[in-house]
Amino acid sequence: MTRTKSLLKVPVVMVALALLYLGLIAGFSHNPYYMQILNMAAINTIMAVSLNLINGFTGQFSIGHAGFMGVGAYVAAVCSVFYKIPYLVALLCGALAAAVVGLVVGIPTLRLKGDYLAIATLGFAEIIRVIIVNIQKVGGPRGFLGIPPYTNLLWTYLFAVGTVVVISNFVNSSPGRACLAVREDEVAAESMGVNATKYKVIAFVMGAFFAGLGGGLLVHLLSIAHPTMFTFLKSVDFLIMIVVGGQGSITGSVTAASFITVISEALRKFEVWRMLAYSLVLIMIMLTRPQGLLGGKELTWEGIVNVPGRLRRFRLPKVGGGRVGTTGH
Amino acid sequence: MSSVLSTFLQQVINGLQLGSIYSLIALGYTMVYGIIRLINFAHGDIYMVGAYIGFFAAGFFGGSFFPTLLVAMAGASALGLTIERFAYRPLRYQPRIAALTTALGVSIFLENFVRQFVGPNYLPYPRIIKVTQIKVGDIQFSNIQLIVLAVAICLMLGLTFLVNKTKLGKAMRAVSFDKDAARLMGINVDHVISMTFLVGSSLAAAAGVLVGITYPRIDPYMGILPGLKAFVAAVLGGIGSIPGAAIGGMVMGMAETMVLGYMKSSYRDAIAFTILIIVLLVKPTGILGKPMSEKV
Amino acid sequence: MALLDIKDLSINFGGLRAVTDFNLSMQEGELVGIIGPNGAGKTTVFNMLTGVYRPTKGEIFLKRRDDSIVNLVGKKPFTITQMGVARTFQNIRLFKDLTVLQNVKIAHHFSAKYGVGGAVLRTPAYFKEEQRIHDEALKLLRIFGLENRKDEISKNLPYGEQRRLELVRALATSPRLLLLDEPAAGMNPQEIKDLMEMIRWIRNEFQLTILLIEHHMEVVMNVCERILVLDYGLTIAQGCPEEIKTNPKVIEAYLGEVVEDA
Repeated sequence: MTRTKSLLKVPVVMVALALLYLGLIAGFSHNPYYMQILNMAAINTIMAVSLNLINGFTGQFSIGHAGFMGVGAYVAAVCSVFYKIPYLVALLCGALAAAVVGLVVGIPTLRLKGDYLAIATLGFAEIIRVIIVNIQKVGGPRGFLGIPPYTNLLWTYLFAVGTVVVISNFVNSSPGRACLAVREDEVAAESMGVNATKYKVIAFVMGAFFAGLGGGLLVHLLSIAHPTMFTFLKSVDFLIMIVVGGQGSITGSVTAASFITVISEALRKFEVWRMLAYSLVLIMIMLTRPQGLLGGKELTWEGIVNVPGRLRRFRLPKVGGGRVGTTGH
Repeated sequence: MSSVLSTFLQQVINGLQLGSIYSLIALGYTMVYGIIRLINFAHGDIYMVGAYIGFFAAGFFGGSFFPTLLVAMAGASALGLTIERFAYRPLRYQPRIAALTTALGVSIFLENFVRQFVGPNYLPYPRIIKVTQIKVGDIQFSNIQLIVLAVAICLMLGLTFLVNKTKLGKAMRAVSFDKDAARLMGINVDHVISMTFLVGSSLAAAAGVLVGITYPRIDPYMGILPGLKAFVAAVLGGIGSIPGAAIGGMVMGMAETMVLGYMKSSYRDAIAFTILIIVLLVKPTGILGKPMSEKV
Repeated sequence: MALLDIKDLSINFGGLRAVTDFNLSMQEGELVGIIGPNGAGKTTVFNMLTGVYRPTKGEIFLKRRDDSIVNLVGKKPFTITQMGVARTFQNIRLFKDLTVLQNVKIAHHFSAKYGVGGAVLRTPAYFKEEQRIHDEALKLLRIFGLENRKDEISKNLPYGEQRRLELVRALATSPRLLLLDEPAAGMNPQEIKDLMEMIRWIRNEFQLTILLIEHHMEVVMNVCERILVLDYGLTIAQGCPEEIKTNPKVIEAYLGEVVEDA
């Protein structure tokens, strides 16, 4: 594949999704409930793609993504409500705060081999919750009310696209390949001159940054921030999105984030059944396809166009090896 | 005796009681991690299920303590074995992230299963043992506290005997040291891993019953925080080290009780993770842990 | 001054003395072999040289490109690679789920002259460097006959090609000192013959100094100019292949294996 072609791949997918979104807006714009779901889908896309950078591309197991979302949410809210800082700057402050917290959590844990990150991120999310509950100025356990509702579909969608572009540019570059190498084999990566700790921290901090951005968008959409919005179960939602979409697949995360947002909304009344189903899906996918449904593969324009051809070829034995039409990045 | 000192000693007793619970759960974490390098996220939920089994067993046995304890331990062991066999074993040679995700899935499944089929609300635990207060000088404690401590110590001594003096214990140590070499020496590695889950789960269930009789109520999510804290306790003691888990659990219980006694109670859950961050910064191998190096 | 100067290198693992007082000095362009029975400490020497293990005692001096001398003890593996020491692994460690081309590109990582900012913003430096890395990686793959495999997922390659890819990947870090850990493991006699050719050829072509560990006596005896024999972590003999072949200590350590093999 030529370079121009591979560079075109991501924009093409983006355009396709943009059209889909615009179509949906045109269809549902009179209904605030559907607008809300579309907004949530875009925010969840930001969350899933940024978590995928940490878990899927760099192979680290973070399960506190909602915690970073919470940091971004509360800092952005404080900026808007108490300091009357302009919306976009407030969002940026939230994202930067989450990134700084990511750095503080990441540096001690990521230099170690093993799974300490999982527990550290979980624990950190819990600490954040405790801290928020204890700050009366931001409402403590009652929640933070009266956040100006600046977020609309234009912003959520623009930021979702921005996140996808930044992260896909990153993974398709030399530093991004270093992250992939760390995921594959840390010892071998170091023997290739890759500073594993550095790239783990970079990926983790970038992921935290975008999670913080997502949090800022969310609270300016709902006009409220509440400690229960950023719990462990919320992190699990994002994890399910990347597992269903495929660890290491950006287009997969985008698709799964939108899909699961809608499903979760539909199953809102059956919360316990939803969690039971999610957990079983999680276990089943891991047992049958540990790389996630799409694995590391990206949906591409050629892939989508070629579906009929691929289906035809499936009937013939010995052709294709299943990689036709879906390409690694 | 000054009242400051007696308050402090009172806290120490409470700390030992809470620490016993954390130690029992931490032992399962550390054994499983030591043997297959997996953070078993579902371990806290096995503790929860153990408490629930105890709840129903207590009704069945008319509230006698030891049968209740044994049935809960047996039931949780069966659960642990099942989880290992069907959810973890197929993933033993897959990337670690797959096993971790599965463990998380099992954890969410257990919580929501209990929530859906037993009920989402707190259940009042039967008063299996009648509470009597014992007073020594200014310090007051209950017979329950003594029982918790005694049962925990007996179980830990039993575990020490099992690991150090029996053939199975020797096999466990061998497998955790080098799985392939152990297999070559004729050890049935799958069996040893199963036994590790069995022992770890039964200890967690014992902790569940002990918590049930102390704070007489249980709920489907009761395993999440103690599970996490016990894991931190295992890391603090040195993950993979059995005496380390016991010590780590006690330190954790003590730290939490002191925060509860002398600081704001809403900070009690944050102390565990503060300890974790400090351990990771200062001595990632924990109090008794040895550095684990990967074979190259 | 030699390219590599190892002085009294020793390491203990909890009381077990895995390597004791290992000494070796290598001139530029030399090809030296380390042999010894299983568990003699050969790979442990490599792991100390590349920073994976930290020696209990001893020094490792490396002459850098600008002729300055550095002590590699205490340096991280990635720094040591960046200073010009590359290795292959006894049990191949490719980036299994990545393509052949990506495997090689990763080795060019530290020479890339753009950072995260350049990557995200797609600056001109990004395109220029990506093109260069792409071309250089392809060039190496072409030399080793793997060009038509470039888009293959590396774990799907046949064993021999995986070994070759690992070598390509090591060469792509543009090393001065190359450490080969049992390059002939699992190869048939014809492949071993080709391998010997290749080792000599890459040394000249890439102006390398090579240190290799090998079990196949044929390879070591034919390729290496100098051989060290390790047994239980001790250097029991060293010299040219002829001397090693007839050294009674070596024969004893191998319990006659040498006679039968050589």
